[in-house]
Amino acid sequence: MNEIADILASAGLWSAVLRIATPLIFGTLGALLCERAGVLNLGIEGIMTFGAMVGWLAVYNGADLWTGVLVAALCGGAFGALHAGLTVTLGLSQHVSGLGVTLFSASFSYYIFRLLVPVSGTPPTVEPFQPIAIPGLSDLPFVGPALFTQTTPTYLAIVLVIVLGYLVFKTPMGLAIRMTGENPHAAEAQGVNPIVIRYGCVIFGSALMAIGGSFLTLSAFNSFFPTMVQGRGWICIALVVFAMWRPSRALLGALLFAFFDAFQFRLQTVLSGVVPYQVFLMIPYILSIAALAFMARRARVPQALMQPFRRGER
Amino acid sequence: MTELALDIAHVSKRFGDTLANDDISLTLNRGEIVALLGENGAGKTTLMNILFGHYVPDEGSVKVMGRALPPGKPRAAIAAGVGMVHQHFSLAPNLTVLENVMTGTQSIWSVSSDTGGARDKLLGIAERFGLAVDPDARLGDLSVGEQQRVEILKALFNDAQVLVLDEPTAVLTNIEAERMFATLRDMAQQGLSLIFISHKLDEVMATADRIVVLRNGQAVAERAVGETNAAELAELMVGRQVARPVRAPSTPGALALEARAVTLRHEGVERLKAIHFQLHEGEVLGIIGVSGNGQASLAQLLGGTAAHAEGTLSLFGNEITDWHVVDAIEAGFARIPEDRNHEGVVGEMAIWENAILERLPAFSRKGLVDRKAAIAFADEIIGAFDVRGAAANRRISMLSGGNMQKMILGRNLIEPKRVLLASQPARGLDEGAVAAVHERILEARAQGTAVLLISEDLDEVMALSDRIQAIVGGRLSPSVSADDVDARMLGLMMAGEWPATGNAEASHAV
Amino acid sequence: MRFERREQRSTLMVFAPPLLAVGVSLMLSGVLIALAGAPILEAFGALLNGAFGSRLAITETLTRTAPLILTGLAAATAFRAKLWNIGAEGQLYLGAIVVAAVSSQVLGGLPGYVQIPLLLVAGSVAGMVLLLVPLWMRLRFSVDEVVTTLLLNFVAILFVSMLIDTVLKDPLAFGWPQSVPVADEAMLPRIVSRSRLHVGLLIGILLALVIYFIQSRTVFGIQSRAAGFNASAAKFAGVPLKKTLVLVAMISGGAAGLAGAIEVMGVQGYVTTELSPSFGYSGIVVAMLANLNPIGVIFSALFIAAMFVGADGMSRAMGIPTYIADVTVALSLLSMLVAVFFTQYRVRK
Repeated sequence: MNEIADILASAGLWSAVLRIATPLIFGTLGALLCERAGVLNLGIEGIMTFGAMVGWLAVYNGADLWTGVLVAALCGGAFGALHAGLTVTLGLSQHVSGLGVTLFSASFSYYIFRLLVPVSGTPPTVEPFQPIAIPGLSDLPFVGPALFTQTTPTYLAIVLVIVLGYLVFKTPMGLAIRMTGENPHAAEAQGVNPIVIRYGCVIFGSALMAIGGSFLTLSAFNSFFPTMVQGRGWICIALVVFAMWRPSRALLGALLFAFFDAFQFRLQTVLSGVVPYQVFLMIPYILSIAALAFMARRARVPQALMQPFRRGER
Repeated sequence: MTELALDIAHVSKRFGDTLANDDISLTLNRGEIVALLGENGAGKTTLMNILFGHYVPDEGSVKVMGRALPPGKPRAAIAAGVGMVHQHFSLAPNLTVLENVMTGTQSIWSVSSDTGGARDKLLGIAERFGLAVDPDARLGDLSVGEQQRVEILKALFNDAQVLVLDEPTAVLTNIEAERMFATLRDMAQQGLSLIFISHKLDEVMATADRIVVLRNGQAVAERAVGETNAAELAELMVGRQVARPVRAPSTPGALALEARAVTLRHEGVERLKAIHFQLHEGEVLGIIGVSGNGQASLAQLLGGTAAHAEGTLSLFGNEITDWHVVDAIEAGFARIPEDRNHEGVVGEMAIWENAILERLPAFSRKGLVDRKAAIAFADEIIGAFDVRGAAANRRISMLSGGNMQKMILGRNLIEPKRVLLASQPARGLDEGAVAAVHERILEARAQGTAVLLISEDLDEVMALSDRIQAIVGGRLSPSVSADDVDARMLGLMMAGEWPATGNAEASHAV
Repeated sequence: MRFERREQRSTLMVFAPPLLAVGVSLMLSGVLIALAGAPILEAFGALLNGAFGSRLAITETLTRTAPLILTGLAAATAFRAKLWNIGAEGQLYLGAIVVAAVSSQVLGGLPGYVQIPLLLVAGSVAGMVLLLVPLWMRLRFSVDEVVTTLLLNFVAILFVSMLIDTVLKDPLAFGWPQSVPVADEAMLPRIVSRSRLHVGLLIGILLALVIYFIQSRTVFGIQSRAAGFNASAAKFAGVPLKKTLVLVAMISGGAAGLAGAIEVMGVQGYVTTELSPSFGYSGIVVAMLANLNPIGVIFSALFIAAMFVGADGMSRAMGIPTYIADVTVALSLLSMLVAVFFTQYRVRK
């Protein structure tokens, strides 16, 4: 078992944890914000794919990296508006609408990608975000290379957890969002417009999802290929439940998850030939399912989640 | 001169053919409690919705503290200091008391909530009016009485000067209700003005300064509390000679259905409290009461969809306390649900499918539905019960409410049944359909069916019942003969005032 | 602006939404084709030609239709009872790998008329089992089955990938990860010679008819529809809600598992992780376009199969990415949702 100890003691593992966690943090925060306002957004898988594609495409065509992220966010917001139109204005089934948005945004991103980037032997690449060593902290032994040598979007994700946690629990807007997700009629009776709140949360949340997607192509990796999101969106939906709709626990969940992912990846090399690698790849999905079963009963689901709000109709 | 807190002048509101509010005027002085009394459909809700800007009145005006309210602007009403305490709370169980109260009270763009200030203000109000609450408690963990306090605090937090309480004690226990009245009086003394909507005469007499009675959309009477009594109010509220239509005398047969000390709990709340009744073949027992007093639980228990109950419920001597739908149907127990769209029919399915849904075993062999027989059965109902515009193959949602109800009656009563449970069987129907439904129920009675009628419509209960019991707060009154009853007595019964017998036996004397 | 529920719906409104949805989605994808710089009419001509223009095209389209009918039925029956089975993809793969395993490890050497029915059953049972797990989690822990069925798709495909890499690996496949083949006797007979069109299509159509019959003529069918449309009315009428859901899950998962079985036994002969070009997810669109009607599923499956096969032809002829088919299919789902909404509500100012 020396190998396992070696894995755990390597700074590379812990650095990878933060890297793997970053898109999950963005995605989970985005889904969490939507659900806090009462809207389940199963568009996440496709929106992350579109964000990955369009962010990369913008940079590939000469935009700088941050412009790429911004483009991804705007497109994510547009898909969010589509989902909100279907589920908030029309009050359609949030399940089916979300799946429709995922199918559309994913296939649309493949279409655009194929259209604008000709097939070639080696996939075209961009120059991605480079790790930034935080002065001072990164010089610390072990901890420095493990935690303080990340790309800017990763630091941004951590900051975002704090900002969203503050927004949701410490501001009047956060209270309005939570009330909308719990009882939109009560919110309305107290002068909050639940429709505006829901639109805002779904659009902003979807933008975060797309930013999470763009991290895959602009930071973790440097090119785009179809199916690269690999169910990360669905895992984020499960993580929201695990997080009990709290941003701080979303960070915890994403890190835990990323740890298992990074760990299994390194364990594979140790145990190759003994255990098929697919077993390790299954772990994240099975963990998500287990987390759902474990948390479902104890988590306090926003009471109006998946309930369409129509004025004057109770 | 006393200050006028609220001045509602000559308000009228028409919905289609019905005049919901007909030239109603109502004033409220500062520090006064006015009770608004009236049966369901008398126009109370419409009037309050106009006050809160949810409806725009056709005529008339509303002034608060001498300033006219713009019609149809809910926010203007709140800003002018009008607060509403709903019967069905508008609260979020997962949020804390403080969060529930302070939602929407601060600018949505401000960068941080002034939680400290809000907490101080809330505690100040709570102290001032004796409405003690823990601001950090999760709302869902509070008792119903405490939740009501939060609902009131919410209105006061918005600096309400005029407070409207819709049936504030409907969900409270007696002790909680007593405390509530003390609080209300205290609030009035401190200068708040209150409108208090109720059916319960004793509460009204004990709490209000002045009483306004609404009937059929009009303000028919106004009394200072010292000049009237519960009996007069009951008569004013019902407002008519409740005459019974002539019909054949009942010939009660064997004891069909009996409840002895039946108690039903749902989510920890006692919905039925040790009720007693007896029902014989060939008679109609009317259970009268304002909705929300346990009728739904009684219907669920008898219909086989309720959870475990205590006490004994028996059908022709067999205990049925824990029975299920399938048992009820096998026992020949006909059931008309309270809400036909919610429980009565599956709108997307064909008329014939709805006709046989609850008796599928009888219309199938080896799991295969005998469609021909089912359609024939549906056609038979359509013919025998005069269901207009129906064809067995069409979706049942195409039918009008009255014809849908005839279909439901028909699937139950096409052959003689021993017991019929009818919950609000004519609710929302036009007069022709009401007459048809009533005729069928009396026909069943003539054939020896034991009929339990649950209704909040006084006319309906008088027209159909042989005996009447009132349901109030999950309790059943002793039964009275429909021949001996008058409006005053019914009004008192519905208000929960019947002689305390202390002896269960007395309540099922026939 | 407000929406008001329509009291009555005309018969026209049953047929209008799918046609409208198909029309709108084709129009929108026309815009995308124009974006690609191709002449729209010519492109649609190439699409039609690719799907129906030759004997080969027609049989290919019908070969694609077969699994889509089955996954469409899987979604349609489940959604009808408000069971959100998004896991048809995984159920399909599990059905496929079980067929390959049973045929090669258990039934080897038995004649086709014994093997084929047994294998079809085995594939269906595999699909059922994979759906009963999330259903159990819903009934036991109240876990939303949407997410669990979605996640199980990935688990199922990884499981298949593992088996075809290890115990079920075909030793003769030059190291390619593909399963041992099913026995020749277990291959489904062809309907049309010199084509890939196999009796799986007939199985799909037959199952659609059977499910239609079950839903409209049997006690269980009427109860399951009632439970899906209006659970409280069903409860009031004495419908056993849980038992109904379990049976629905068995039909739904079974149909998806069967889709995997016929793909292996009819087309490929072995299992790879490329067996399904997301038949499972497309099945959701098939079901929604059919408004969950099992007979309608046959036609919407044909439409979607034609889109995919035709897009291949269009891609070859005009250089438009084949993903245009996926986009059109997704758009048809979204348009269908909106179209159905407006048959139920009218706009009130």
